[in-house]
Amino acid sequence: MGAPPKRHPDDGLSPAELAAKYGLSVSGARPGLPEYVRQLWARRHFILTFSRAKLTAQYSRAKLGQLWQVLTPLLNAAVFFFIFGILLGGRGGMEMGEYIPFLVTGVFVWTFTQQSVMSGVRSISGNLGLVRALHFPRASLPISFSLQQLQQLLYSMIVMAAFLLGFGFYPRWTWFLVPVILTLQYVFNAGLAMVFARLGSDSPDLAQVMPFILRTWMYASGVMFPLHHMLVDRADAPQWAADLIAMNPAAVYMDLMRYVLMGDYTTNNMPPNVWLLALGWAAVIGVFGFVFFWKAEERYGRG
Amino acid sequence: MAVAEHPTSRTEADAPDGGDEARVPTVIADDLHIVYRVQGGGSRGKGSGSAALNRIVRRERKNRVREVHAVRGVSFTAYRGQAIGLIGSNGSGKSTLLKAIAGVLPAHSGKVYTNGQPSLLGVNAALMNDLTGERNVMLGGLAMGMTREQIRERYQSIVDFSGINEKGDFITLPMRTYSSGMAARLRFSIAAAKDHEVLMIDEALATGDLRFRKRSEARLRELRKEAGTVFLVSHTNKSIRDTCDRVLWLEKGELVMDGPTDEVLKAYQEFAKR
Repeated sequence: MGAPPKRHPDDGLSPAELAAKYGLSVSGARPGLPEYVRQLWARRHFILTFSRAKLTAQYSRAKLGQLWQVLTPLLNAAVFFFIFGILLGGRGGMEMGEYIPFLVTGVFVWTFTQQSVMSGVRSISGNLGLVRALHFPRASLPISFSLQQLQQLLYSMIVMAAFLLGFGFYPRWTWFLVPVILTLQYVFNAGLAMVFARLGSDSPDLAQVMPFILRTWMYASGVMFPLHHMLVDRADAPQWAADLIAMNPAAVYMDLMRYVLMGDYTTNNMPPNVWLLALGWAAVIGVFGFVFFWKAEERYGRG
Repeated sequence: MAVAEHPTSRTEADAPDGGDEARVPTVIADDLHIVYRVQGGGSRGKGSGSAALNRIVRRERKNRVREVHAVRGVSFTAYRGQAIGLIGSNGSGKSTLLKAIAGVLPAHSGKVYTNGQPSLLGVNAALMNDLTGERNVMLGGLAMGMTREQIRERYQSIVDFSGINEKGDFITLPMRTYSSGMAARLRFSIAAAKDHEVLMIDEALATGDLRFRKRSEARLRELRKEAGTVFLVSHTNKSIRDTCDRVLWLEKGELVMDGPTDEVLKAYQEFAKR
């Protein structure tokens, strides 16, 4: 103690020069895109574990426990069946035996996109504690939340299969295409979740508006009725408008799923090049969402 | 150890023990400013609907967001082997400064340079009360960036350290069934399981019963030996004196003093008496 400070070769250096000399980097700076992808890949176990944990925690206090994973979408489908199948005549000439699997498939597939977007909006703004306490690529959160919804859908698929078998739609070779559709839809959903995660972190009010936007989207995608029947036959909309609306991603994934599962589900409901559309939506929104989210990486957690 | 004559000046205050060759900087803060934006902290009619409408009608859009300038132009250099305490009254910007060093709060202006990824000793936010302690150990470890193998390797020592299983098989029960002390112990055990290059601890010493506190203090000393640099925020001067050899004193977001523990604590106590 008490010795005078010695001159040190580093004394004259500015902080930036000193940092450069010892290989220090700016804390919390946004990494380049390839590096970001690498970091994200390194966190894949966290992403998967986090999504499974959220899924388990979701219903852990309910008496029926994980049964709610399938009961919730089923009750949703029951409500829609009552209103659109019975009261409003939205079946568009389908027999009950065809309409019920049509509806159940639609509701489950739509719920996947809807919940991915909703949890995406809140994935940053609702987890500020986590974002401010630990360092990890923030895209882990929206990706993980969409993954949680995918697992939820996989549970629901068991019920969906029971409905299909119950109404005489037996397994066909096209059922093998289900994982392909789910993968494409997952990439699309995750991309959209990342877009809304960034928007939602800037303006938390978005979480209040989203339910209305999503409900509009749901009705415009023909979740509980055949789109063309509703638009052309009943609302006198021009054919091209119905074709255009049927090209929206939610309708594309839903109709593809119905097509591969139900077989004789009328192909004239589907836009041309439907597989290309499914691939295109996934690629465009998936890549755009990722880059859009990454652009603001260093700002999440502020304010 | 060399004592600086002007404790607040950056270049002279940081002489560590050991010779010149040991002087390897691990964290450099360069004129760091942190500004929080607070939503809904408007001055009039806090968040009421009519007030919001009023603002929209009168086009006062900025009114809703208030800025809090939490850290104002802090500069320092931390070296390998140092344990640095952060003191200051409540709201002086200590925790904010730690978060900026960890890179979880973006700087408004200025820069923080670090070596590797500094870690905050805190996984609380990643844990879920509805999950079992077992699953939380895995989740918390992964959230901190450990690999699954590392967690499996250390799983038993984490559980043993927390002492959760001393009174029966509690680790397989949901965390919400734990007493607050038990939960705090498990959180600390998970957080302390990782090796850190630069470690930051925010008032972590005040958890658990006496026996656990003794154990955690020992673990902190161990971590400090393994880590390059330790930062500690605490309100008890004793824990700062026990662990730290250098202290940064913050007041209203500004660095008041930077120097050896004894000197800074003495000045701080005189300040507190006033």
